[in-house]
Amino acid sequence: MPKTLFEKIWDRHVVKTIEGGPSVLYIDKHFIHEVTSPQAFKGLEKRGLEVFRPKQIVATADHNVPTIDQHLPIKEELSRIQVQALVDNTKKHHIDLYGLGHPYQGIVHVIGPELGVTQPGMTIVCGDSHTSTHGAFATISFGIGTSEVEMVMATQCLLQSKPKLMRINVEGTLNKGVTSKDIILYIIAHISASGATGYFVEYAGSAIRSLSMEGRMTICNMSIEMGARGGMIAPDQTTFDYLEGREFAPEGAEWEKKLTEWKQLHSDEDALFDKEITIAAADIEPMITYGTNPGMGVSVTGRIPAEADPKSLAYMGLQAGAAIKGKKVDYVFIGSCTNSRIEDLRLVASFVKGRKKADNVEVWVVPGSKQVEQQAIKEGIDKVFAEAGFNLRQPGCSACLAMNEDKIPAGKYCISTSNRNFEGRQGPNARTLLASPLTAAVAAITGEVADIREFI
Amino acid sequence: MSKSINKITSTAVPIHLENIDTDQIIPARFLKATSRDGFGDNLFRDWRYNADGTPKKDFILNNPTYSGRILVAGKNFGCGSSREHAAWAIKDAGFDVVVSSFFADIFKNNALNNFLLPVTVSEEFLQQIFAAIEKDPKTNISVDLEAQTITLGGNITSFDINNYKKTCLLNGYDDIDYLLSIRPEIEAFEQKPQTIQ
Repeated sequence: MPKTLFEKIWDRHVVKTIEGGPSVLYIDKHFIHEVTSPQAFKGLEKRGLEVFRPKQIVATADHNVPTIDQHLPIKEELSRIQVQALVDNTKKHHIDLYGLGHPYQGIVHVIGPELGVTQPGMTIVCGDSHTSTHGAFATISFGIGTSEVEMVMATQCLLQSKPKLMRINVEGTLNKGVTSKDIILYIIAHISASGATGYFVEYAGSAIRSLSMEGRMTICNMSIEMGARGGMIAPDQTTFDYLEGREFAPEGAEWEKKLTEWKQLHSDEDALFDKEITIAAADIEPMITYGTNPGMGVSVTGRIPAEADPKSLAYMGLQAGAAIKGKKVDYVFIGSCTNSRIEDLRLVASFVKGRKKADNVEVWVVPGSKQVEQQAIKEGIDKVFAEAGFNLRQPGCSACLAMNEDKIPAGKYCISTSNRNFEGRQGPNARTLLASPLTAAVAAITGEVADIREFI
Repeated sequence: MSKSINKITSTAVPIHLENIDTDQIIPARFLKATSRDGFGDNLFRDWRYNADGTPKKDFILNNPTYSGRILVAGKNFGCGSSREHAAWAIKDAGFDVVVSSFFADIFKNNALNNFLLPVTVSEEFLQQIFAAIEKDPKTNISVDLEAQTITLGGNITSFDINNYKKTCLLNGYDDIDYLLSIRPEIEAFEQKPQTIQ
C-alpha cells in the first residue's frame, strides 16, 4: 500500500496502539530548555525515577537568557534560577548541556540541525511549539507540554493519536525579493491561523525543493502558526549536503547506510492525503502581517482588509482599508528560531552593506547560536551591521517572546522576523509586524514598511 | 490539582473572543517558575490588570457577576505556544472545564494531562451558551464526562473524547503511569531493528 512520508516514519516508531485510543510513539531525540523542563525534572524526582535514556536528550539555555554580557551572571533573578536549575538537573541526570558560555549554545531549533543531531526519519520532541522546525529534515517533530516532557524523560515515549495529513504544494519559481518566510506567511494568510489544526503538513513542489535547508526550516517552523502539529519536507541532495560532516552526523560506512535509508523517505506516488492544496509560487509577493495572529497578513503593497478584526486593529493602531506600505516603524528585530541562521544574516548583510539604518529605528540582530555568531564574525557580517548602526547581540530567543530584557516598549511598532504577532508577545502592548529578513532589512534602512523589490 | 473528573454543574465565565492564544492566557514573562503552582494569579494577566497591577474593571474575570468552574471561549482556544503553564493557570484559577467550538492541539493535550476538561461543542451551541449567560449570568451548565454530554437548560448535546483519555480522567490516571507499566515493551522495541516499510 502506498504510504506518505509521515506514515513511513510514524509506523516504524509505534511501540503499540491502544484499542480505541492513542499509539505509544517512540521518541528518538528530545531537546530541552530552561523554561519548560524544571517541573518535569521535579515530577520525575517526586516519582523516584531516573531519566530513562539521557543520551537521547540535548539541552540548551535559550528562552530567557540575556543577549548582552552573557559571560556575566544573569541579572534577572528568576531567569538566573531557571538557567541554574537546568545546569543542576542536566548534571544530575547525565544529560549533555550546551548552556551559556558553551560554543554550541543557541536557540534549540537552530542548534539541533546545525550540530547534525536532527536527522531524517527521526521522531523529535521539545517543550516548545516551534519544534516543527526540525521537520525540514524529514522528521516527525512537534512541540509538547511539560507533562509530556516528563513522560519522554521517564519512558522515551508519548501517547499520540495519528493526525490527519495535509500536503501543501508550492509550484514554480519564486519572484525576486520573495523568500521562504513570505511563502509561509502567504500560506497562513490563506488558510488562517487555525486552518491546519488536527493536521500534520508535508510541504512539496518545485518551489520548496529549490529552497536551502535554512529556508525549509523557516517554513516548517511556522507550521504551528496555522494550527498544524508539525510540518515536514522529504529529504534530497540539499538535505544530505547540509548534514554531511556535521558534529553528530553519521560518518563513513554508517553515513552510506543512513543515506540509503533516507532516500526512501518520500511520499509514494499514490499516497493519499486528507487534504491537498497547491499554490503557485508566482502569486507570492513579499508579505507582512498587520494584526494579532500570524494569519492576518497581506502583501507589502496590499491594503488591510476591510473586514479585519476591529479588536486586533485597535491594538495595532491600524485602520481597515489602509495601505501598510509607508507605515513608520520604531524597531527592527532580526532573530528567533524562524530567521536567525547564517543564511538569514548573510541575506540581510548583502542588502545592508554600505547603507545606514534610518534615525527613527533601533535595530537588533540576534544570531540563533554561538556558531552562527562566530561565522558572522568570520565573514565580516558583524562589521557590516556595525557600520549600518545595527546592534548585533548574543544568541537567544530574545525579543521573539520577550522573556528576557529584550522587550519592545508599549505602543511601539516592530518589524520582526519572528513567528508570532500576538498581543504582548514582544512586550506588553508592543505592536509586531511579521516579515522576512529582507523586508525587515529594508525597513531598517528606510524606517518604514517598504517593498524590497524597489531596492534590489 | 484535583485528580479525576466526572460530573460538574456550575455557572460559567464567558470570554467571547476567538483565537485566544497562550500568550494571552499567560504571558511569557510569567513563566519563570520552577514549580507548577501559583500561575492562576497571572491568568489573562494583560487583559486582567493594568501595567501598575490594578485590575481592569471591564475584564470579565474582574466582574463579580461572573464566576464558576467553567470557562467558555471562542474558537481556536489555546493556539500558539506549547507552554503547559496555560493549562496550569486556568486550573489554578479554579476552572475544571473549558468549553469552545475548537481547541488548538497542544493546548488540548496539556489540558487533559492536568485534569482540565476541554469540551468541544458546535459553533451554534457555543453561541447559545454565550447568549444564555448574557441574559442570565447565573445560568448553570452541566458537564457529564461519563455520558459525554453538556447541558444548557433543556438543551443537551454530546461531545467527543477518546476512550483512553476518558478512562484516565474518570479514574485519575496519568499517561506516565501507563507508559511506565509498559517499559519492558518499550525496551523490547528498542532492540528491534528499525526498517522503513
